[in-house]
Parts: sequence; structure tokens; C-alpha cells
Amino acid sequence: MSNLLQIKNIRKTFPGVVALDTISLSIARGEIHTLLGENGAGKSTLMNVLTGLYRPDRGEILLDGVSIQLNSPRDSLAMGIGMVHQHFMLVSAHTVFENILLALEGVPNFYSRRTYRQKVQKVLDAFELDLDLDSPVWKLSIGAQQWIELIKLLVRDCRLLILDEPTAVLTPQESARLFQVLTRLRDQGKSILFISHKMREVMEISDRVTVLKKGRSLVSLSRGEYDESRLASLMIGEDQIPMWIKPACKYEQLALEIKNLSARNDRGLADLDNFNMKLYRGQILGVAGVAGNGQKALAEVLTGLKEASSGRILAEGRDITNSTARSSYIAGIAHIPEDRKSIGIAPDMTVGDNLIMKNFASRAFRRWIFQDRAAIRRNASAKINEFAIKAGPDGNPVRYLSGGNIQKVIIARELSEKPAVLVALYPTRGLDIGSAEYVHKVIIDGANQGMSTILISEDLDELLKLSDQIVVMFRGRLVGCVDPQATTREEIGLLMSGEVQS
Amino acid sequence: MLEILLDATVRAGTPILFATLGAIINERAGIINLGIEGLMLIGALAGFAGTQASGSLLIGVVAAFVAALLAGSIHGFITVQLRGNQIVSGLALTMFGIGITALFGRSMVGLTIAGFERVAIPGLSGLPLIGKAFFNQDLLIYFSFFLVVAIALFFYRTRWGLALRTVGENPAAADTCGVPVILTRFLAVAIGSGIVGIGGAYLSLATTPMWIENMTAGRGWIAVALVIFASWSSYRALAGAYLFGGITAMQLRFQAMGTTVSVHILQMMPYFFTILVLVISTIRLQKGASQQPENLGQPYDREDRK
Repeated sequence: MSNLLQIKNIRKTFPGVVALDTISLSIARGEIHTLLGENGAGKSTLMNVLTGLYRPDRGEILLDGVSIQLNSPRDSLAMGIGMVHQHFMLVSAHTVFENILLALEGVPNFYSRRTYRQKVQKVLDAFELDLDLDSPVWKLSIGAQQWIELIKLLVRDCRLLILDEPTAVLTPQESARLFQVLTRLRDQGKSILFISHKMREVMEISDRVTVLKKGRSLVSLSRGEYDESRLASLMIGEDQIPMWIKPACKYEQLALEIKNLSARNDRGLADLDNFNMKLYRGQILGVAGVAGNGQKALAEVLTGLKEASSGRILAEGRDITNSTARSSYIAGIAHIPEDRKSIGIAPDMTVGDNLIMKNFASRAFRRWIFQDRAAIRRNASAKINEFAIKAGPDGNPVRYLSGGNIQKVIIARELSEKPAVLVALYPTRGLDIGSAEYVHKVIIDGANQGMSTILISEDLDELLKLSDQIVVMFRGRLVGCVDPQATTREEIGLLMSGEVQS
Repeated sequence: MLEILLDATVRAGTPILFATLGAIINERAGIINLGIEGLMLIGALAGFAGTQASGSLLIGVVAAFVAALLAGSIHGFITVQLRGNQIVSGLALTMFGIGITALFGRSMVGLTIAGFERVAIPGLSGLPLIGKAFFNQDLLIYFSFFLVVAIALFFYRTRWGLALRTVGENPAAADTCGVPVILTRFLAVAIGSGIVGIGGAYLSLATTPMWIENMTAGRGWIAVALVIFASWSSYRALAGAYLFGGITAMQLRFQAMGTTVSVHILQMMPYFFTILVLVISTIRLQKGASQQPENLGQPYDREDRK
């Protein structure tokens, strides 16, 4: 097998950050090459270099042995390099047809609508996708959007396909189908660069694996040269991962009950549709579902960021849906939001200020109407020690911290008031394994002390490991409730796809 | 009576229509342009000066288009290439337009030209009620009809139109499909501005064939509001512009009839309706009826880490 693409000593820095230090790897024709690495290892940056979005500071890229310059996505596409991005590059207000049309090559300015509609329809048929060409993309499921993103590449006849964590938003069944397609493309001689941090998938599909760590390419291994534990230890180093012991939930005292709750989104569609759920004291309730099926709305209604259009929320038997008691109830809820940088913190304020944001008016942090800076600093250093936050110099703005440390700041703040209920939305998304384990420990410790947790996650392994019970959401409804000890990934997957109800 | 009112409606609405169409092209590409008022003034003066110097109305219109296109390019360069603040740059453009036309217009005050004449379209102009209003008008008005349809077809039936809408909705998506985002946005701002300039020229070449300082009298701001009212569609821009034309025509009519209502109250009506329209269309926006380009007002930086 000859090499299609060779990357030599690529380096890319952003102001204050070395995203890629030295990366070298080669991709052969007709292979599925996986890039493995923790978040922050530089996987996505490398992809953006290959697609011409970022210009490397240094290093060389060879295609068919010839050195090439990639100054824009246009150049990359011309070389036959295409990518499915992690955040889809789709125009949500445009139709399926318009999104695919823009990716097609050689479309004249005054194109024949009929000819090109037939062309696009033929591609959809080839993948057995039943999509309405005139439907705007925002109306489609995330899974369907992933397919459109892939089709945008396939219509261009790319030689190298790059997929950045394509299975993050798919059900296990959809992922299996995607893998079939990828294998077929590989057998047709195309090269595929696949990014993932799900070990299961890496083992299943890769012909070769390159491990990245802290912006460096550590090693490339061919199939047979690696196994799961070897890759894991390469990826995270030699650190032992501790296992936390989870208490069994007693199901005695009801903490929260949600009855027939509905909520609408900005477009007037139902985000939550007649949703019912019970949460007990000390319980960790896992919520599974493909992203965009109402999980965010559930968290927002519970934490008071969104109004319910109908239904009731009972806290320890008291109806607090729209009563004046709502604000005091919300005060007892901790919220780990999905988008930590935009709603979890005030990025330009210091770590210390961010830590007291929930209780800045408390007597502990003020003297008359003035802030007590000394008390705020004492609180900050106590929390930084307790949660092992790498906060940098005193007075450092939070935005300079890494994702894992920002998450720790949020958790430290949210748990400081000993909340009764924790609503955690994708709390370990984008964190490295060490930080993720820390988040798990905090949740389990909380459960030991009687805190109830609603854990919304798309990582089934995390849900299976932590939850006392897993409920599955589909299109704003609760479609199933399973026991993590007795269920299988397949069962949850089927519930997530909305094909069955339990 | 109604026929005359309808005719006055079309004539008063046309400058606003051109300005709204130009602004729609800007905003569809993701760039807010608050310089419309300034661009209209520049178009009005350049159009008048061009015709005055050459004696040709066509040259006047082309001069208006080119002058506004050049002035709009400043806004384009600041907001697209330099990724500057679109609100500040637009406001500056308006003030620039007011100032520079007052300066260079001084020598034009009092001069006269032969403005656009009505050209009746045989057959159609004989239709009852609408015949005179729509088919016995000047060439610029016929051109505005053409432009409304042409822009809609351009947006929805051509590849360039699709590329323009995509850079306004999601420039990163356009970029990864190989669309030159910066160039597309810049051209949209420049050409849209040029069309706004023709709206200004209509005032100085057809409505009142002379140059008067600050003769747009806030019509540019009405156009800015109308873009939202029209949900970024050229057909609805036509409806919106004629609505304002109608209000203007009506208040003029009232004045001519000599009512006891103060002239100032009557003259206020179009602007009062601007506020009303903004309230209504903002409520509609919140209810999700929006067509607002997703990246409107957002600069695009390829290497921006999100």
C-alpha cells in the first residue's frame, strides 16, 4: 500500500496556546486511520489544518509524495480532501437540497432545478435515506443531519474523508450503519481519517491507529499491534484510574416529581411533551437520548431558565411549578450547564469572583454594601485546594483555564451551597479521562450525602456506570426506563431511536 | 381620486423600495448596514450631478449607482475584511453621507434638470384603477418592478444567490464548501449599496428634479426598518415600501385638502408607522416567523476558535 498523504512535523500555535507541537503521520490509500487522543490533544486542530481552515506555522504536507500548500478549504477540496465536522457545517434554515447543492461541483450559476433535484435524490436513494428535499435542515433529527453532512462529501468524490467524532450524536444502530458505509468506501480505495475517543469504535473499525498526546503524535500502530489497554495507557499515560463505589439508592423519600410537563422552544415546537419523572433522595437518575430530544429543555425548566407551558413540578410534595416558592426551590438546585463557557461562567472575571457568583450577596462575602475581597480570596484558595483546580496566578480570568478546570470551578461553585438536587447536563463532555473521573467522584460523593442527581449524558458507558436508573428521552417524551444492571447498550439504543417504547 | 392616490403611493414608495432591496442584499450576506440614509443622499447628489453635467438621465443613474457602491465599499471593507463593528461603521457612513453631500451639493442648489418622464405601456396603462398607477410611470419605476423579481430569482434560483444566502446564514459552512466568504460578503455590500444609491437618485431625478440638502429626510431609516418588516424578502419589500408610500401620499393629500390637523402631525405619520411596523415585526420575530439570517451582524474569522 502506498501513502496517499504524509504529514511531517506540523506545528500550530494560537495566542498563548500550543495546539499542535510536532505531528507526523501518514495515511495509506484504502485504509481507515484512526486518530486517538484525549480532548486537547490536538485532534480537531490537525483536522482543521488538513482542510485548510487553519494554516500551520511550520511543517509539510505531502499528497502523493508532492508537497502541497493548503490555504483555504477550497484548496483542500480541490486536492480531494473533505471533512465531516464535529459541529455540522449545515445551514439550518436552508433545505436539504440547498445544502447539498452548494457542495456539488460544477453547478452552473443558472442551474436547472429539475436536473439537480434528480441528481441529489439519486444520491439519497443510494444511501436509502428517506428525506424530503424541501425540508429545512433544522427540522431533521441530528442523525439525519449527520448523513447530509456525509453526503456533502461523497458527492464531491473526495479521496480522503475526515470524520471528526461522527458517532457522538448517533444511536448505536446508526453508528453501525455508518461503519458499514465507511468500510465500503475503504474497499473502494478511499482513505478515511477517523477521529474518536470511544475505544469500542476504534477497535472495531481501524486499520491503523495514531495516538496523539498534548499536540504530539506518539506512535502509529497497525491492526494487531495494539489492544484496548495498550491504547488506553498510551493515551492517558500510566496513571491508574480509581474506581468509585456507588451507594445503592433506597427509594424512600421523593425529592422531585414531574407530572405531564410540557415546554415549547423558540420556534413554537414542543421541547418537552407530557414528560413524567420521579427523582428520589440520594438517587442518580441517568437521562439518555440523542442530543436535541428535549434534555436541555428539561434542565432549563428545572433550573428556572425556562417556563413550562403546562404540567407540574412537585418538590417534596409541594407544587412549585409557578408559585412564589419557585425561586427558593431553584436556589436549592445546582446546575452544571451544557455550554460551560457561555452560560457556566463569566469568562473575563477571575476564578475567585466566579466561585462566589451564586452567593455573592451572602454575609460571608460582604461588609455592608462593599465586597469583602479578603474573604473572597480566602474562599477561592480553599476551593482551589479542595477541588484541585489548576487556576494559574492569582486574579487569572477563568477563560484562560482548560476545559476540565473550568468545569471544576463550576462544580465547586454549584456544590458550595449543599444543594438538594444537581442537574448535570453533559458534565464530562470534552473532558479528559482524569477530569471526567473527578466529576464522577463528586456526583457519587454527593449521592452518599443524600444529594439527588439528574445526569444527562450521551455517553452510555458513563450512564451505565453511575446511574441507579436510566430513563430515555425521545422527541421530548420519556420513552423508556431501564435498570442499568439489567439492560444492554442495544436496548437503550433502540429506545433512543424512538423505534420501541418500554 | 383613488387612482390619483394609488399613483402617488407608487411614486412615494419607489425610493424606499430601492433602498430596502439594497439593504436586503446586504443583510442576506450577513452584514447590517445602517448607512442606508447616507448612501441614499450620496446617490441623490451623484445622480443629480451626473445628469446635470451630461444631460443624460441614464448617466445620472449610473453615477448614483457607482458613487453609492464606492461609499458602501468603505463599509464593506471595514466590516468584512477588517471585521469591524457593523453598527458603528454604518452609523459613520450615514454621517459621512450627510456631511459630504452638504459640502459638494452647495454648488448644485438651485440648478434644475429635466427629470424622468412618464412612459405609458400600451394596453396595460388603460386598465381601470391600477393602469395609471403601475403602467403609466417612469422607467426607474419599471426597473424597480424588474429588480424585485430579479432579486427573488437570484436568491432562490441561482448558485451565486445560494452562496450569498449561505455566507449570511453560516459562513463556516460556505467556507468548507469552497465559497469565497470574504469576497462574496464584500460584493454583496458593495452592490447592495449601489442599489440603495439608485433609490436616492429617484428623489433627485424623478420625485423633485433638483438637489436639496438632506432631501432623503429619514427615508433611509424607514428602509432599515422595512427590511425586518419584509422578512428579508424582495416581494414583501415591495408591499412594505408601498405601504409607506401610501401613508406619505395620504398625508400629502390631507395637507392639500387643508385640514385643521397640524402639518407636523401629518408629516410625522410615516415615521410613526415605522415604529408601529417595528413593534409588529419584532413580535412576529419572537414568535418564530423569522427569516433573519443566522449570522447577521457577525464577522467571520476562519481561525476563530469556538
